[in-house]
Amino acid sequence: MSFLAITRATLAKDVRLEWRSKDAINSMLFFALLVVVIFSFSFDPTAEESRRIAGGLIWVAFLFAAVVALNQTWARELRNQVLDAYRVSPAPANPLFLAKAFGNFIFVGVLEAVMTPLFIAFYKLRALGPAWELAPIAALGTWALVVNGTFFAAMSLRTRSREIMLPLLLFPLSIPALLGMVNATTAVLTGEESARFWIALLVAYDVVFTIACLLLFETVLEAE
Amino acid sequence: MVEGESTSGVVVVNELIKQFGGFAALRGVTAEFAAGKLYVILGENGAGKTTLLRTIAGLAQPTRGTISVLGVPIVKQVCSQIGYMAHPSLLYDEMSGMENLTYFAGLYGIGTSRCREVISAVKLDPDLARPVGQYSQGMRQRMSLVRALLNDPMLLLLDEPFSNVDSRSAQEMTALLAQLRDRGKTLLVVTHQPGLLESVADEFVWMEQGKIVDRTSRLRAGMP
Amino acid sequence: MKRGFPILAIITGLLLSFALYEALIAAPTEQTMGNVQRIFYYHVPSAWTAFLLFLINFVASVTYLIRRDVKADILALTTAEVGVVFCTVVLVTGPIWARPVWGIWWTWDLRLTLTLVLWLIYVSYLMLRRFSTSGQTPVLAAVLAIFGALDVPLVYFSIWFFRTQHPSPVIGGGGSLDPRMAHVLLINWAAFLCLAWLLCWTRYQLELVKREIEDAQARESLVEGTR
Repeated sequence: MSFLAITRATLAKDVRLEWRSKDAINSMLFFALLVVVIFSFSFDPTAEESRRIAGGLIWVAFLFAAVVALNQTWARELRNQVLDAYRVSPAPANPLFLAKAFGNFIFVGVLEAVMTPLFIAFYKLRALGPAWELAPIAALGTWALVVNGTFFAAMSLRTRSREIMLPLLLFPLSIPALLGMVNATTAVLTGEESARFWIALLVAYDVVFTIACLLLFETVLEAE
Repeated sequence: MVEGESTSGVVVVNELIKQFGGFAALRGVTAEFAAGKLYVILGENGAGKTTLLRTIAGLAQPTRGTISVLGVPIVKQVCSQIGYMAHPSLLYDEMSGMENLTYFAGLYGIGTSRCREVISAVKLDPDLARPVGQYSQGMRQRMSLVRALLNDPMLLLLDEPFSNVDSRSAQEMTALLAQLRDRGKTLLVVTHQPGLLESVADEFVWMEQGKIVDRTSRLRAGMP
Repeated sequence: MKRGFPILAIITGLLLSFALYEALIAAPTEQTMGNVQRIFYYHVPSAWTAFLLFLINFVASVTYLIRRDVKADILALTTAEVGVVFCTVVLVTGPIWARPVWGIWWTWDLRLTLTLVLWLIYVSYLMLRRFSTSGQTPVLAAVLAIFGALDVPLVYFSIWFFRTQHPSPVIGGGGSLDPRMAHVLLINWAAFLCLAWLLCWTRYQLELVKREIEDAQARESLVEGTR
């Protein structure tokens, strides 16, 4: 099967598996809700201040939800050593990576879709800048977290304390992306500055690291 | 299939050494395995049997020494000719047998009709709609064997295929393995129950502490 | 150790002493900040040294991935460890300087923030090396080092732009430098480079010996079959 066909088949399989083990989705959704509520209790500002810090709050909340989601997508491949079956086949490594990354993107996207209306409600948010820009910001920012997150989750498979290694490796490298996401969102919410530079930064980050991940994933997968 | 010299076997290993840190799982294995033969690999736990199979399958890289499968030193190039089955099922518990097979067949570029062929060859219960996690151990092992046979491999690597399998299933699997051998395939079977294969095996390969210590054509009385 | 080592050790000792004298006594006192400013001669050269070490780490990591040469891996490990040490010096001297001068412990200025992020990346690198259970830890570490190197320009530009939007005090001064101070700065940098070289050399030899012992033990286990 072609590269694209294998990616599609693997993604379809993952979505199907995720859907069938509804426990995982339900607990993740509930976790996402809890994060928003905790943040609301911890940071309870007036409507004006909230616009300034909401960008940061939202993305930190997404970051924590993403880490919990990222940790478990590779866990499924370790049960019954199923990953061996993929590695033994002639299928190349990159369709596996892309399928996992897209799957995580969808998964984290669903979590974000649940958390965002709650944030808007609790913080009485309204975008004073061009609101449509929030869509590319959300997409680019989520991909930035997910592409490196999928890669380092795979790397963590080869370490002790797997669950803590993922954030340890992911967070430092994600700092420029985090700056981008947060400042772009804040720029749009406050309408005080243009988000254009930050969006460009996110595009650069996504391009650089997507290429790096695709070039180096096979090396990491085979590093037993 | 890649044509090798007439004198070289399907699998040729020379002074194969595999070390995990300070522990040497394989301490210099030299052997040749020919086409159209069924080899039973025996030894205590920790003798290196699983490591040998995994190295031949391309899942582990040798620390030193050479390995050549089907005349080629890089296993990945001929992996479409290799079938691998291990003690864990290498299947997704939440998907049905057919869904599992369709997915893995796709990795080899094989369609669903071939899946059905192999299923009937293995005489599997056609109730494939249930999730694999609900199968009996015997059914699961046979499903795992089907997965390994999907690509009609020249070389079959089976690690503990009879583990926890009922005697009827075991007999049927033994008959099937003999048929595959008669069709010219090479089978390397690691098992703690060599008695099951006594009537069909061509050679018994005894391993101890990472080396092959003996190769016999009959199972000695009194050996485990 | 080769004969060059004691010579290097002596030179380092001499340079450091001379640099100390220059920094604390000979250099002119800064106009506005007074003697506190002298920490500049430790803060800035440490940063430059750390960045140089991390650059060497990047080159060694790429070399390792291409050639799988064990020496490249040992060099990568060594420069990462010593680099983290010098980075820590930067992160500690920064607040020590900032507090008496500006009354704040920290400022998100470009150099300090970049140093902090590099410190975080390389600490995570060292943790990966420690926590890895793979037989191919050097490969994983090299991959992480490459990701870190790719990240650096992105970190730089993101902080630079953020600073232009939200200016704040710059630790280390932005303006021009008195040539006598530049002179002392360079002497200190030379001394720090020698110290870094000395530390790396020692660590490298230590790691080399450690690996030779491990190899010998592995060879023994091959022969005896004991675990």
